[in-house]
Amino acid sequence: MSQFMIRYTQSKLFWPFAALVLLLLINFFTIPGFFHITIKNGHLFGSLIDIMNRVIPLLVIAIGMTLVIAKEGIDISVGSILAITAAAAASLLEVAPLPYAILFALVIGLICGLWNGILIAYLKIQPMIATLILMTVGRGIAQLITGGQILTINNKAYEYIGKGFLLGFPFAIYIGLAVFCIVLIVKKKTALGLFLESIGSNKTSSHFAGIRPEKMILIVYIISGICSAIAGILVSSNVSSADANNAGLWIELDAILAVVIGGTSMRGGRFYLGGTLIGALFIQTLSTTIYSIGIRPEMTMVVKAIVVIAVCLMQSGEFRKLIRQSSFKKKVNEA
Amino acid sequence: MKKISHRINENNIIIIATLFLIVLLYGYGSLSFTGFLSMQVFLNLFIDNAYLIIIATGMAFVIITGGIDLSVASFVAFVSIITASLLEHGLHAYLVILLTLLLGIIFGAGQGYLIFRFQLHPWIVTLAGMFLARGLCYLISTESVEITDNTFMFLSDYKLYVMGENYISIGVVLSIIFVAAAIYLSKYTSFGRYVYAVGGNVSSARLMGLPVGKTTIMVYTLSGFSSALGGFVFTVYMQSGYALHLMGMEMDAIAACVIGGILLTGGAGYLIGPVLGVLSMGMIQTIIMFQGTLSSWWTKIVVGFLLFLFILLQRLIVIRRGKKRMHSIADLHTDSASTKQHASIS
Repeated sequence: MSQFMIRYTQSKLFWPFAALVLLLLINFFTIPGFFHITIKNGHLFGSLIDIMNRVIPLLVIAIGMTLVIAKEGIDISVGSILAITAAAAASLLEVAPLPYAILFALVIGLICGLWNGILIAYLKIQPMIATLILMTVGRGIAQLITGGQILTINNKAYEYIGKGFLLGFPFAIYIGLAVFCIVLIVKKKTALGLFLESIGSNKTSSHFAGIRPEKMILIVYIISGICSAIAGILVSSNVSSADANNAGLWIELDAILAVVIGGTSMRGGRFYLGGTLIGALFIQTLSTTIYSIGIRPEMTMVVKAIVVIAVCLMQSGEFRKLIRQSSFKKKVNEA
Repeated sequence: MKKISHRINENNIIIIATLFLIVLLYGYGSLSFTGFLSMQVFLNLFIDNAYLIIIATGMAFVIITGGIDLSVASFVAFVSIITASLLEHGLHAYLVILLTLLLGIIFGAGQGYLIFRFQLHPWIVTLAGMFLARGLCYLISTESVEITDNTFMFLSDYKLYVMGENYISIGVVLSIIFVAAAIYLSKYTSFGRYVYAVGGNVSSARLMGLPVGKTTIMVYTLSGFSSALGGFVFTVYMQSGYALHLMGMEMDAIAACVIGGILLTGGAGYLIGPVLGVLSMGMIQTIIMFQGTLSSWWTKIVVGFLLFLFILLQRLIVIRRGKKRMHSIADLHTDSASTKQHASIS
């Protein structure tokens, strides 16, 4: 039994999953009707559906971020890319049909990712610094596109992406799941996925094995850029507007948190897409819980900070050693 | 007295480039706009950016050790709002200042301890610190709190006249003292040497027996103190406490360090650099303000572009340094090989 317990508690997915379940339990006991789901006009409504709907932009960005962090990288420009693509799609929608606007937004995401990737892979600039450039410039560019205004979107088809329902569920959930499944399949079933993981674990040996790290690093930043573009489309269509200043503000931090809570180490190596999914759900559930329990919404950030430190301490080998030592000492004293 | 060398080398080229940039920007500004060349416009650069100079200088120490501190901007907002609310409750001004400085030291030391003791990533820890400080701001007040305390009013209105009509504020005096102390600390104390050694190579610093842990905790403490001091200067400058003050300023501080030639890989850089970085960024802002028709977001774009150029320059220097090291190792090898040959011949 204890062997069994140890094996499961050692798993990277155990702690985030336990935390999520704990959070849901708190909700179950404190908020009546939290798990209640009703059907109105053929659509599902309820707190759980709401969480699932709201988490999608964060999840999509966090998936891209997982790949980046697995390469010992970081992409802090995702929020700015989100703002640029939202602004670009919104402004193009005024003159062009929907498919062009979406395609244009995705291409812009790709170009942003390519820019980050070239700086990091070929010019060998530290990831944080390289993406810092786009983070600073990005909001400026987004404001340039929108002319400093908040662009409103009047396109029913575009709004469907972020607000519509398909088979009872919000349409955004399908997009989120699609992105998740595609990346999962790429990771599990293709050579690309294997290469991605091997470079994170050991750059030198994968170089000797004939994998070109530069190309892989370029690819993950492009993926991250495209993910941010998808999130940009989702966010802008959900609120029917593009706000260059506030769209996706601080989403990079939430995304990094989701990845780290999900068990992917900031030092690269193996990555856990399932963990990222749980991490993103955890963060969104935490925000929703704080709002619905009646704690002042201002507390969200304090709680997030404490949770992050707690989760990171759990994952830190040094901390575990400390705990083990103190419990060992206790045993010795008792004896 | 040691002779100061005037040669341009890879250690000071970024500083020289930044100085050149400042002169270029200043020259462009004074040729294009009337009234730009006044002494007061130049001094206003210092007055408006005094807090940023202090914070960027504190951050420089952290960056030289190879770390990062993202919590500075939030902590400044925290200092501003806690100062405002404590003054509202009638606490004495000097006591409040002392308290906030102490808080900064504790906050920074806590972060440093977590980073060193548990080997956590500085990014994550200071990110959490950033959330914590901002969250505490919101807890204290979500509204902007005005400061009406007499001492703070006096400090804010105080004008130190230099060269006739022109003046500087208390904040500028503090920032100059702080920068001077930082330069002394980095150049003439063992702590300064440790900081560079840890940033250059942690393992060899540890093997040399340097107190790596103490140094790491100290630099974050210093950064916490500098953000508290910067927060004080900023509060005096703004005369209000507000949770939304200075959103994203940590990136400005990092950018100032980069433009000022603090190598982000750690281990190199002069402490005068951040000041020059802040000045050149302030100069861009002033030019855009004087220009009038350009919108404020151009500041972001231009600063971002500059950041890109300076990062490229840093990169080139690191590549060159790497090559030089390779050469010197190769030279050593050939030297030892030739001595062996000599030995075998004789």
